[in-house]
Amino acid sequence: MRPRIQLLSAELIGRILGEAFELLRNPGVRVGSAPVVELLRLAGVEIEEGVARLPEALVRKCLASAPHNFYLYNRQGEKAVHYGGDDVHFDPGSCCVQMLDPETLEARPSETRDLVRIVQVAESLPQFTAQSTAVVCNDAPSAIGDLYRLLVVLQHSDKPVVTGSFSAAGLQGMIDLLAADSGSAEKLRQEPRAVFDVCPSPPLNWSEFGSHNLLDLARAGVPAEIVAMPLAGGTAPVTLAGSVTQHAAEVLAGITLHQLAGAGSPVVWGGAPAIFDMRTGGAPMGAVETAMLNMACAEVGKHLGLPTHGYLVATDSKFVDAQAGAESARSAMLGALTGINMVSGAGMIESLACHSVEKLVIDAESIASAQRLARGIEVRGNESLAIGMFAQTGLSGEFLKLKETRALFRQEQYLPSAVIDRSARGSEPPSDVFTRARTRVDELVSTYRKPSLPEDVLRKFQAIVEREAERAGVAAELPEN
Amino acid sequence: MSEQLFLAMRQSIIDGAPDKARELAQQWLASGVDPLEAVNQGFAAGIKFAGDQFGCGEMFLPDLLASAEAMKAAIKVLEPEMLKRGSQREALGKIVLGTARGDIHDIGKNLVATILSASGFQIFDLGTSVTPEAFVAKAKEVDADIVGVSALLTTTMAGQKAVIEALDRNGLRPRVKAIIGGAAVTSKWAAEIGADGFSRNAIDALELAKNLMSKGTAQA
Repeated sequence: MRPRIQLLSAELIGRILGEAFELLRNPGVRVGSAPVVELLRLAGVEIEEGVARLPEALVRKCLASAPHNFYLYNRQGEKAVHYGGDDVHFDPGSCCVQMLDPETLEARPSETRDLVRIVQVAESLPQFTAQSTAVVCNDAPSAIGDLYRLLVVLQHSDKPVVTGSFSAAGLQGMIDLLAADSGSAEKLRQEPRAVFDVCPSPPLNWSEFGSHNLLDLARAGVPAEIVAMPLAGGTAPVTLAGSVTQHAAEVLAGITLHQLAGAGSPVVWGGAPAIFDMRTGGAPMGAVETAMLNMACAEVGKHLGLPTHGYLVATDSKFVDAQAGAESARSAMLGALTGINMVSGAGMIESLACHSVEKLVIDAESIASAQRLARGIEVRGNESLAIGMFAQTGLSGEFLKLKETRALFRQEQYLPSAVIDRSARGSEPPSDVFTRARTRVDELVSTYRKPSLPEDVLRKFQAIVEREAERAGVAAELPEN
Repeated sequence: MSEQLFLAMRQSIIDGAPDKARELAQQWLASGVDPLEAVNQGFAAGIKFAGDQFGCGEMFLPDLLASAEAMKAAIKVLEPEMLKRGSQREALGKIVLGTARGDIHDIGKNLVATILSASGFQIFDLGTSVTPEAFVAKAKEVDADIVGVSALLTTTMAGQKAVIEALDRNGLRPRVKAIIGGAAVTSKWAAEIGADGFSRNAIDALELAKNLMSKGTAQA
């Protein structure tokens, strides 16, 4: 039996969806751009002063055409991430602007070298089945910053990528980059390497930028992950159930736009919901209620049979300390037990503002523990549970010598890296987890091997970067990496 | 041919495959060459490798024990012929082992016994909850080089001190070395009670025992 945790009853999910459909009719959804208005008018939707009133029948029709599962592929063309069912994957959190310096313990603007280091570490850790465009590279031209982040990740990783565009115009360059890597736009559609996060603005607003991205992704057949982020009490109802309802309405509206543009294109019921901190006005990512929102939102998506995503394994601490460990490990377990297909957020501190590669390797241990928990207690073979082994040992207690012990202990026990201290006190003075994490990061970076990309792919990359730099009106000179 | 056979012997120990080790030992006996060569150049290399792998976290306790069991299986086949030829493996040293008085936890002590035995030490295992007098008597009887006392609990660690005092009272030290181990044991405790060494696990214990033996030889 796979252990599960469920916050919402079937009856409550029914009420949430019922009210969400009602919200889509009244007050409706704000839509910003002419192509979206056009698309909705063609579908018979009434639009007044930039607000669309979506009828339930249309939304249900679009829900029916959204696929219930799909795969992301690695560079070798293998299925690497399964979006669907109860499968759980983790990727590093996305889009920080700062990096925690392990020497000074201060946050400084993130640069190319930081993104490279994060990608190198995540590439080496099996806990991360996907990469993310984890930090903004402040040393590269910001006008093509989104394209540049993806370029750096593709240059250093074979894994699938969770990414996103910073503008309506920037998306095409990123899709072209992925198509160049895959071989063609058609190959990218058949075996997508990346998923793009697309965010509505709470409450119930699909801005020009977000909705453009949705339509373009749907038409290109590249997976879109709708990351709705209601802040309970700030930009959404203060009750958790009320915020889950708003989240459902925002994602349903997104799926409607997406499927109208490209019926059958892959789309994810995602989110980064949080509570609103009534002292600071911030979004506390480590709060247990934030985890509860992510779990409940995913439960609604799962009820509809859609692939799911959430934002967990992050902390509000400014350091990689006990608070960071407690908040991140707790939400990793909750995400795994909910069966969220893609859990983003590992490595992040200071809400979602700062990244720490040291935290990433510690989070990898929490993730592995969560994955172990989610596997549950398994009965191995058709033999007895204990009698067969006692038949061999009698009362001698010599279980260590049994062939069963040797054959099964790796399946039964997760064997942590040296980041986790389980040693006996010895002649060496004991170390703290941050020190051990720094050592582990250095080890992983030193054994990392950069993938070698064919010359013609690199030339195509260069041409796309030059074209996009010209479009954005910046120099195409990029930092060394 | 021998080179390949030695490598296969080494591998059978690394794999922890007693049946394979036994078969290779029998094959060697059939060739009529001194069995000691098979031990020294084949099987013992496997134990050394397993110990190193355990030390750096690549192998685990069940793997290590399986390697030791495979070693035992090979030695058992080769031993009668070695005795006949008078070429039995020269023991690296004689070690008396037991857990401290009042302590019945013996997993650690058994591991140490298995690893040291597989590596060529002659082990006299007194079992659990052993009195200081019994340690002294056995050490005298077999002319031991080392006495090892294990204690899991902080409450039974005092028993380690009692054994060392008894060895001193009977004039066995410094010729007989006293070593201690167990979950709660620290280098500080070892120094406090005047032990000749302590180790955190069975592989460290092997190193410790080898070091003490080479020191003993140097002094003699």
